[in-house]
Amino acid sequence: MRYFPLTPDDRAEMLGALGLSSTEELFADIPAAIRIQQPFSIPALSEPEVVERLERLAAKNLNAKSTPSFLGGGIYRHYVPAAIKHLLMRAEFYTAYTPYQAEVSQGTLQAVFEYQTMICLLTGMDVSNASMYDGATAVAEAALMARSITGRKRVLAAGSLHPQYRATLRTYLHLQGLELVEIPWDEQGKLDLSQVQAEEAACLIVQSPNFFGLVEEMAAAGQWIHAAGGIFVHAFAEAASLGLLPPSASFDADIACGEGQSLGMPPSYGGPGLGIFAAKEKYVRRMPGRLIGEALDADGQRAFTMVLATREQHIRREKATSNICSNQALCALNALIYLSLLGEEGFRQVAEQCYHKAHYLADRLQSVAGLKPTFAAPFFNEVAFTIPGSPQALNAFLQKHGILGGIALGRDFPGLKSSWLVAATEMNSKEQIDALVARVAQWRGGLA
Amino acid sequence: MERRVGVTELIFEMSRRGCTGCSLTSLDVPQAGIDFPTRAGIGLPTLSEPEVVRHFTVLSRKNFALDIGFYPLGSCTMKYNPKVNEDMAALPGFAQLHPYQPDSTAQGALELLWELDRALCQITGMDRFTLQPAAGAHGELAGLFLIARYFQEKGEKRDIVLVPDSAHGTNPASAALAGCQVVVVRSDSRGGVDLEDLQAKLSDRVMALMLTNPNTLGLFDENILTIAELVHAAGGLLYYDGANLEGTCGYARPGDMGFDVVHVNLHKTFSTPHGGGGPGSGPVGVKQMLESFLPVPVVNKKADGAFTLDWERPQTIGMMRSFLGNFLVAVKAYTYILSLGGTGLRQMTADAVLNANYLLSLVKGTYELPYDRICKHEFVLSTHQFGQWGLKVTDVAKRLLDKGFHAPTIAFPLIVDGALMVEPTETESKSALESFAQALLEIEEEARTHPELLKEAPRNTPVRRIDDVAANRSPVLRWK
Repeated sequence: MRYFPLTPDDRAEMLGALGLSSTEELFADIPAAIRIQQPFSIPALSEPEVVERLERLAAKNLNAKSTPSFLGGGIYRHYVPAAIKHLLMRAEFYTAYTPYQAEVSQGTLQAVFEYQTMICLLTGMDVSNASMYDGATAVAEAALMARSITGRKRVLAAGSLHPQYRATLRTYLHLQGLELVEIPWDEQGKLDLSQVQAEEAACLIVQSPNFFGLVEEMAAAGQWIHAAGGIFVHAFAEAASLGLLPPSASFDADIACGEGQSLGMPPSYGGPGLGIFAAKEKYVRRMPGRLIGEALDADGQRAFTMVLATREQHIRREKATSNICSNQALCALNALIYLSLLGEEGFRQVAEQCYHKAHYLADRLQSVAGLKPTFAAPFFNEVAFTIPGSPQALNAFLQKHGILGGIALGRDFPGLKSSWLVAATEMNSKEQIDALVARVAQWRGGLA
Repeated sequence: MERRVGVTELIFEMSRRGCTGCSLTSLDVPQAGIDFPTRAGIGLPTLSEPEVVRHFTVLSRKNFALDIGFYPLGSCTMKYNPKVNEDMAALPGFAQLHPYQPDSTAQGALELLWELDRALCQITGMDRFTLQPAAGAHGELAGLFLIARYFQEKGEKRDIVLVPDSAHGTNPASAALAGCQVVVVRSDSRGGVDLEDLQAKLSDRVMALMLTNPNTLGLFDENILTIAELVHAAGGLLYYDGANLEGTCGYARPGDMGFDVVHVNLHKTFSTPHGGGGPGSGPVGVKQMLESFLPVPVVNKKADGAFTLDWERPQTIGMMRSFLGNFLVAVKAYTYILSLGGTGLRQMTADAVLNANYLLSLVKGTYELPYDRICKHEFVLSTHQFGQWGLKVTDVAKRLLDKGFHAPTIAFPLIVDGALMVEPTETESKSALESFAQALLEIEEEARTHPELLKEAPRNTPVRRIDDVAANRSPVLRWK
């Protein structure tokens, strides 16, 4: 096996040095009744065979690189500058682990410190951690943190929060004996607080732009929950929106969290992405996850190290703020390099292009008879249309013509069975958008 | 790794107005009016591409990494990360897949997940896996949710999770996060679970015992079948923390030991890179009686051979995170399993265990070994004796950095005074082990004759010893 340096002679010599005559003796402490004698029936393939097998599997999938796609829903296709993969593939980064030995991990540590700063700039928040698994778990951890701050057991979350974030939240809250209250949206698709009590709520979680792409009125929502002493959580599933929309701190969010896949990562069938988590400084000791801080070495030179580890599981065990250990460090580095390359102007332009492309798409779709926007509120780069007929059927029709359409909302939102959610990013050319609209019109014509 | 390269400016300190590191295609659609308030500037740095590339290349050179040298971080299984795994995960047919595209357009990805599930079942002796959990600790949480759901369904109120005193910190933290009470079980004089203490703590409130086997001392618990019998007799279930699967993979399966739920770490046993702290992947396997509770979606294979995602599972615990987990990590692990095959997986463990025992034999007389038995893939030494020279385990670790090695895991497990937890893995050569042993022996001698060499270590690294106490006093967590 090419990954194993020991030769048969090495093995014999080492066993001899241990006074053993066979490898089996190393496993004599395993009860004979359960000791396996035969290797598993998994054939070993040569490297060319493995490559062939994996390439064959990959070829069975339709990928958005070769197919125009209008899918969003928390995973977006943005342009990834070429330099990123070359830097991420520096073995010094990807073959290292958690920076337990700070003196030989300054590369990772400084990068995370820079990442934390980038997230603070994007959200306007005071402190960011070194990353969570994804947007869904970041939101769940935010709810648990709000519980620990307020001591309250009622979690309010917008019904327009990403359905998979809500599902994850339910799983996390259930065993803790916390109640999850889902807040409806109004006719415009925006948060409707009129029927809900803020009293005794640990937090209010609002996604903006929400799952339907709509921009929420965050300042009002923040004031509403703060008046009752609860924590205000800004969730996001499209980090590119932070290039255009007001930052979380501007509407007084206590926690900003969400998915960072948009920051230079491919869609990857949903993972790995990046869980972003930032908060106000006064809550830093309640935060989950790793934090990197500035330090000095014995020569008085600037350095970086893990700080406030007394919140974490390896020190505090069952009293830790979270059980997280491995996070998404390389994805955080990915986001950091992406933001460094795009810079102030580039990142803003990506956000603006997303906005303009999605609005062009929406305008053109409105010209197709029978299609109308499901909601009237302002949106960022994603918009739901109510269509005549079944969204699944429309998607199937588009797929036949080489286009990945939108998300049929009916499965996650039973009240929106005729709604079809489409997203556009800077990657969708005018030509692609026009082609999509033409096919939708064609389908509509066939339907009528 | 570069030795002394001086301070590297932060990317924000290098920023110069007027630079850009990207080129976007011009907007080809009409501009629309923006009908909501927008933000003012963000404050992101502006640099050209070569400056960004150089900055991160310079930073990378301040890291020690597996491709540079020996990285014996115990319980982390820092084995070689095969390059072909990275190439496979980068194939556009995997990396460019969107999780909302129809199942019919992702058949290759679903087949891969299905096949990986089958392989993991065979390797661990379980009946079904979910690949959703994103890391080991996340898998633990999923496993405990599954067990809690199982008892809820049976109408039994159980809320205690037993955890040995040698357990990883994530075990008690996960139990607490699952809303359970943690009760600690003592280790016996051979480093295993103390059977008497276990019996005393078992009751009809005990939901599960979480166990790593081999445990964090690198020792296989010979009483495992008795332990399983006791826990099951008390009505509880057994949870297997797969952090140490490396020690028995191909020689014994947790499913056969009596475990009901297991998690495995694809980033440990199955060679996917640790990435400076992640992403990992922590698939969870269960015995049949727990299958209906698995998180959604579950990959199914239909009679006609087509694969689908099953979302309609009324008994499910729900979701543990979005989508299908860290899919690209699964691609890498699957590539690895195919590369090794059954024979290779067995050789992997044999070599890992042989390497650990051989390395142990080279340092045993000089360093205290609290539990003197044949170890599995890792072992734990005590640096207790260094106290007489005014030294701590940290000093030993920092001196190892000077000598060009990464330090082992230190000060863990907690039951060993000044623990050095050493895991060489199967991807180290005999001579690499001998060099490391030599360094440990030299350090012991230095401790006796020139303790200041340890106290002042490291000198040979990009920065010298860091003042963690000061860094924690008033933490600076961002550049301003």
